[in-house]
Amino acid sequence: MGSVDFTWLIGGPQGSGVDSGANVFSKVCASMGYQIFGKREFYSNIKGDHSYFTVRVSDEKIHSNINDVNLIASFDAETIFRHYDEVSAGGGILYDSDLTKVTVDEVHTLDIYFKERLIKELQSKNKPLTIAGVLEIVQEKGVNLYPVSFREILSTLSEQTSNPKIKGMVRLFNVISVSLSLGLIKMSIDPLFKSLDSIFAKKPQIAEINKQAGIFAYDYVKSKFNNFPFILSGTTKEPDTLLVQGHYGCSIGKMVSGCRFQSYYPITPASDESVYLESNELLEVNNDRPGSTAVIQCEDEISAMGMMIGAALTGTRSSTSTSGPGFALMTEALGWAGINEVPIVITLYQRSGPSTGLPTRHGQDDLSFAVHAGHGDFPKIVYASGDIEESFYDTGRCFNYADVYQLPVIHMMDKFLSSSVVTCKEFDPKKITIDRGLLLEKVEGEYKRFAFTEDGISPRSRLGMDNGVFWNTGDESDEFGHISEDPIIRIKMMDKRMNKLDLILERIPKDETAISFGVSDYTIISWGSPKGPILDALTMLKKEGINIGFVQIKLIHPFPTDYVKFLLKDAKTIINIEANYSGQLGKIFKQNVLRNIDYSILKFTGRGMTSTEIYDSLKKIVENKANKREILTHGA
Amino acid sequence: MALKLADYKTEVHNDWCPGCGDFGIVNALQMALAEMGIERDKATIFSGIGCSGKTSHFINTYGVHTLHGRVLTFAQGGKLANPDMTVVAVGGDGDGLGIGAGHFVAAGRRNIDMTYIIFDNGVYGLTKGQASPTLKLGEKTKSLPSPNTNYNVNPIGLAVASGFTFVARAYSYDVRHLKDLIVKAVRHKGLSFLDVLQPCPTYNDINTRDWYAGIDLAQESLDRHARIYKLEDTKFDPTVHYEDESELNEKLSQALIKSLEWGNKIPIGIFYQNEIISEYSTRLTDKIPNYLENPPAKQTISENGLPNTDISQIIDSLRV
Repeated sequence: MGSVDFTWLIGGPQGSGVDSGANVFSKVCASMGYQIFGKREFYSNIKGDHSYFTVRVSDEKIHSNINDVNLIASFDAETIFRHYDEVSAGGGILYDSDLTKVTVDEVHTLDIYFKERLIKELQSKNKPLTIAGVLEIVQEKGVNLYPVSFREILSTLSEQTSNPKIKGMVRLFNVISVSLSLGLIKMSIDPLFKSLDSIFAKKPQIAEINKQAGIFAYDYVKSKFNNFPFILSGTTKEPDTLLVQGHYGCSIGKMVSGCRFQSYYPITPASDESVYLESNELLEVNNDRPGSTAVIQCEDEISAMGMMIGAALTGTRSSTSTSGPGFALMTEALGWAGINEVPIVITLYQRSGPSTGLPTRHGQDDLSFAVHAGHGDFPKIVYASGDIEESFYDTGRCFNYADVYQLPVIHMMDKFLSSSVVTCKEFDPKKITIDRGLLLEKVEGEYKRFAFTEDGISPRSRLGMDNGVFWNTGDESDEFGHISEDPIIRIKMMDKRMNKLDLILERIPKDETAISFGVSDYTIISWGSPKGPILDALTMLKKEGINIGFVQIKLIHPFPTDYVKFLLKDAKTIINIEANYSGQLGKIFKQNVLRNIDYSILKFTGRGMTSTEIYDSLKKIVENKANKREILTHGA
Repeated sequence: MALKLADYKTEVHNDWCPGCGDFGIVNALQMALAEMGIERDKATIFSGIGCSGKTSHFINTYGVHTLHGRVLTFAQGGKLANPDMTVVAVGGDGDGLGIGAGHFVAAGRRNIDMTYIIFDNGVYGLTKGQASPTLKLGEKTKSLPSPNTNYNVNPIGLAVASGFTFVARAYSYDVRHLKDLIVKAVRHKGLSFLDVLQPCPTYNDINTRDWYAGIDLAQESLDRHARIYKLEDTKFDPTVHYEDESELNEKLSQALIKSLEWGNKIPIGIFYQNEIISEYSTRLTDKIPNYLENPPAKQTISENGLPNTDISQIIDSLRV
């Protein structure tokens, strides 16, 4: 990494502005030229439970979080109890000095399992079961403590501005925490003001109070503490850099790709995408009148699926986005789209299953499910993005695949990607092409929707088109789309549809199916969000002279067996990395490539992987000290 | 060239049982399309699963035979993406009020400009006669091992309560009346619902054609359908005439009360009609002003294979 590699963590009760605090902090750092990798963790809860946001700031491109935290900005006791041990020596904890006497028992949102572990730890070190106790532990480790009385800040500010209301405004705690942090790392506060102006554009008075609190806290911390070793005064800005939320890649990708219909049912973490699409439903179109996306909130995912298919039959590029439980409800209609050769895109933001599982936590749990979803044999594509920037371009590809091969495409995303906030290279719409395949502009003469053709793909009419009348049915059908139970027609139709799987492997460019980041004796295979932490871990290992290869697989179904075999021909030891219990990609790999996985690095705690823990496991593997199945556990 | 009734018929073999009430409905639908002169390629019939689900294959317009219970979802998606086409959804009472009941209620709330026809016969025919949602509690049709243990759903009442803005009932053996109601339903601006009483000659031995004819009533002069009378022949006024809560409530409640009449006197005709409540496309137009002129299915999305959507404003807002 470069000369600056700083990780900041803000925590607090859900609903107290942790998210907006972190967004503002990320924005400020990004505007000073730094690269950002931020990650949000939260409970399935609206108000009160602990949520936190980790923001890693660097002057070089970063793709992941690491284990160590350099500064905690807290305004409640729970954040300190939960995260104190993540701060490394030389780092710091900013905390509310009025909280030092709070006992473990007084924090009702600490669950019993965590509490038991914490008490055991404090007792083993002979510390009191209070905030003061954990602070003693970190201080002994070499962590700097920055006590600040938030109450005192509010009352002094209230007196100075003759605004008695400020005294009780706990809503200001997040902006105070951010400003204290900026003061400690000696970052300019001007970008913060700009940020506040845009957040509170419609409430100038609130913006003003926030600014007053911000500058007060900033000056206060600067005058009081001067020993924090991390100084972030700014760096050279990379041109064309964006600061994006995880779901922007697919949402903006959908706008560019011409998706004009999105139906959905609310589910974490997928609905952010639909809400964003609806917030931007009016679209500017070059050389044409304005366009729009119809975003329809449905009564359930079954309806979302049916509506999307209905819309797709009119020739509209249509999609939905969902998560595991919602996708489970969609599978009957998925088969309908398969047998009727309807192009649709399902963006699947995975989370931890089974069932409701860990509803707000990460997991790559649904790969096997996506590949096998639906009853009966029908072709579909399962395609996985590894980061947010990729997801923008991949969305364009998914719509092209759907149109060209006339089938459902499942675009695999996950919670780790969707709740990250990162700096990335500007999305370039010119790199997306639009290929509608055999979608007809007009029909002449007799039309057969499912006409037998050489490669099995038939010219496609759309509902409402002149002379293009056709029929669809979930039953097996003849070329017109009328029900047929004839055994010969059955064979021809099954061949016609299933042949697409071969066409896909023949025709999709190889570099869209898998990406090699180099192959060595030890080579990783992986898919989806572990890409970022893997890349960072490999950079760390390289510095120590350890070269490990990495092949990222993007097209999971149909599996690009020949190409993956080719890429891995020089690899002696295969390491599979993914965020689920059973190593789902590993199984698919083994089934297709007929080669064993030598090591698996797996994580299923619901927390995203860090590059540190992947680095540690890889090192154990090359030193021959690893288990065949390395299980990662980092993260509160 | 004007379209004739025959133009709306396909050559697909119709395999419904002889004497099935479904024939009347498919005939009436074809007659209605011909009467309205709707071009074959400007209408889509969506259908559910079951005997009634095959309807779309017998009509020579676009036809989409969907999944059990889900017909309204497909139909609404199609209509929203291409509001220029006439959309009629059809299905059985098990399809629409059993497995699909959630979609029925949600569709009412949206009030999209299309028509939904339920073939209402009290049984699941294609699976050999199990009790369906409209069969009355305690009734035992011939293939049931024991009497029905569930209370029946009231399709008219449920439609009225869910927000459908045109709610009517017809009888499948009065084809001309049914045709007239279909025409009115299709022309209604909003979501129209038609509950069609349709005797199943094979599995429903209670509500038979003879039963609707009132043969058991032993009246002196029997008309063709003695049990059935038409609301339009009475003073019943189903229409909400002006925007006023008490007017609305009165029309809603009289429809519900009327829907409870059953037995020796069964009303058919329009129970409720309200064109004052906004149809869904006007709700969309409130936020997307050119939705109807440039709906999803009509939009251009590319120029020479490249996207034509301009996202520069969004990108600018994300620049660091």
